[in-house]
Amino acid sequence: MNRESRFVAKSPTGVNGLDEITRGGLPAGRNTLVCGGPGSGKTVLAMKYLAAGALQYDEPGLCVTFEENAKELMENMRSLGCDAQELIARKALAIDHVQLGERELESGNYDLGALFIRIDHGITSIGATRVVLDTIEALFGNLANEAIVRSELRRLFGWLKQRGVTTVITAETGERTLTRHGLEEYVADCVILLDHRVENEISTRRLRIVKYRGSAHGTNEYPFLLDENGPTVMPITSAGLTHIASSERISSGNLGLDQMLADSGFFRGSSILISGTAGTGKSTFAMQFATAACARSEQALYFAFEESPSQIERNMRSVGIDVSTWISQHKLRIVAARPTSAGLESHLARIHQDIDDFKPSVVVFDPISNLVAAGNGSSAKSMLTRLIDYLKLQGITALFTALCENRQDSGAAIGIFSLMDAWILLGTGCGKASGFGNSERMRTIQVLKSRGMAHAQDTRFLTFSEAGIQIFAEPTPAAKQ
Amino acid sequence: MKRPGASLSPRKSLTRRPSGSTRKAASNPKRKGNSGASAQANPAQWELRLYVAGNTPNSVAAFSNLKQICETHMGGRYRIEIIDLLRNPQLASGDQIIAIPTLVRRLPTPIKKIIGDLSNRERVLIGLDLKPA
Repeated sequence: MNRESRFVAKSPTGVNGLDEITRGGLPAGRNTLVCGGPGSGKTVLAMKYLAAGALQYDEPGLCVTFEENAKELMENMRSLGCDAQELIARKALAIDHVQLGERELESGNYDLGALFIRIDHGITSIGATRVVLDTIEALFGNLANEAIVRSELRRLFGWLKQRGVTTVITAETGERTLTRHGLEEYVADCVILLDHRVENEISTRRLRIVKYRGSAHGTNEYPFLLDENGPTVMPITSAGLTHIASSERISSGNLGLDQMLADSGFFRGSSILISGTAGTGKSTFAMQFATAACARSEQALYFAFEESPSQIERNMRSVGIDVSTWISQHKLRIVAARPTSAGLESHLARIHQDIDDFKPSVVVFDPISNLVAAGNGSSAKSMLTRLIDYLKLQGITALFTALCENRQDSGAAIGIFSLMDAWILLGTGCGKASGFGNSERMRTIQVLKSRGMAHAQDTRFLTFSEAGIQIFAEPTPAAKQ
Repeated sequence: MKRPGASLSPRKSLTRRPSGSTRKAASNPKRKGNSGASAQANPAQWELRLYVAGNTPNSVAAFSNLKQICETHMGGRYRIEIIDLLRNPQLASGDQIIAIPTLVRRLPTPIKKIIGDLSNRERVLIGLDLKPA
């Protein structure tokens, strides 16, 4: 007889993304171990679990804290949007600070029955169904008899399960074992690891579900964010490749380019890359694409990672694109940020937030190359994948510009090209001055790839003027002489 | 519904009332002074509190060991207060008790704490400052 049910009931955490990757939350009525180094966010995650219980799920929670005192904890909870005083007053929350001072003097045999009694009392006093023990490993520093501590912890974890509460236990990561004192041996149900490292001077956080007995779960590392909204996990959208491909075509914003795209334009919901060396006109095309959406009464969101909004407006004016009108009509929004100002996860979180707020039909990332460089190679690609999946799921058309130092692009190392449905390459051909505008080079455009359509195979030529960008099949007449 | 006492202690409690100049904590064990069933005429100089959880073997042993130590070293000038956390769970947080049994020396100050059944007498004497370390 299999006593263990195949399908474990779940206790939702209220942490964005975590409930998704666990398919519903933590195992209800069981123990979850959250381990990580100092500052990795264990306590915040645990407190968020209690806050969500109190505020969203009508589940009172008990926090037994071994390190921070009640006052500090309440301060922390305020940053999670939680008025701890109020919750305590209405018995949605209880905090018991177990103050462990110097190492205890021991004489003879003992057990930790008083701790059990305190926890039981705390649970009963508010009818708690959620419990946090943070950080119970502190007991090892306080009590010399390690054998007693271990056997009592094992007993405690078993007792908590019998009591029917869902418990989150935090612990420090160890060097050779997952947790410093090997608590993972006693918590068989669910183990979550929080990793916090500094790469290229940017701090990066990851969350991984090491174990989740009785349930399927995402096994990858997920980017994890701690900001003013609390903890957020960025999940790989499980529906990554199940989005419906639209066959609707939308204009690129440029007639000449539309002609190269089977006389029509891009597919709605596709991912587009425009790459080229410096000054080849990537941003101009990107903005044309965005304003074309505005002209169709759609909303366009433009993420600028290199230039300021006013620089962009000025540059666009010189090629006859009026950005400010669309902005004032709230059809276009330009969001500027330096990629190195924060870690990749922070940027991703902001991007998600802005998209949710503004609800655009097209989004531009200009350029993506800096953002990708802000993360390290493989994590950048996986994040980009997630971002593109997310956008496709929403039916949002995404256009990325990328700077190539030379035609043999270093970006290939990151492998972003394979993620794109369409790839436009801008360049400069050698040749005499065209005599048009201020341009002294022959600008070229090629559609290297455009899935699902018969696109132009040849290289064509561009001119930039106050009338905008014009595309010619032959080099401009003036240059031909 | 399970009685909390049954599963909190590792073993079943034996029912045996300890004897001697002790007082089981009632609703307000923090009362100072000479009130209570103490048979001592003189004011107690040593005030000790023993935290237990029912009459478990450790608890019973602790009390017995404690009594012997008090009789031998405190010349009768002592008062032991027993606090049963099974009856008064809310009292555990005051003195920050996590182990059972725990002995707390309230007087003379400073407050001292020793956990265990007190079977290691040396340690208890040192811990209570009855003997230099």
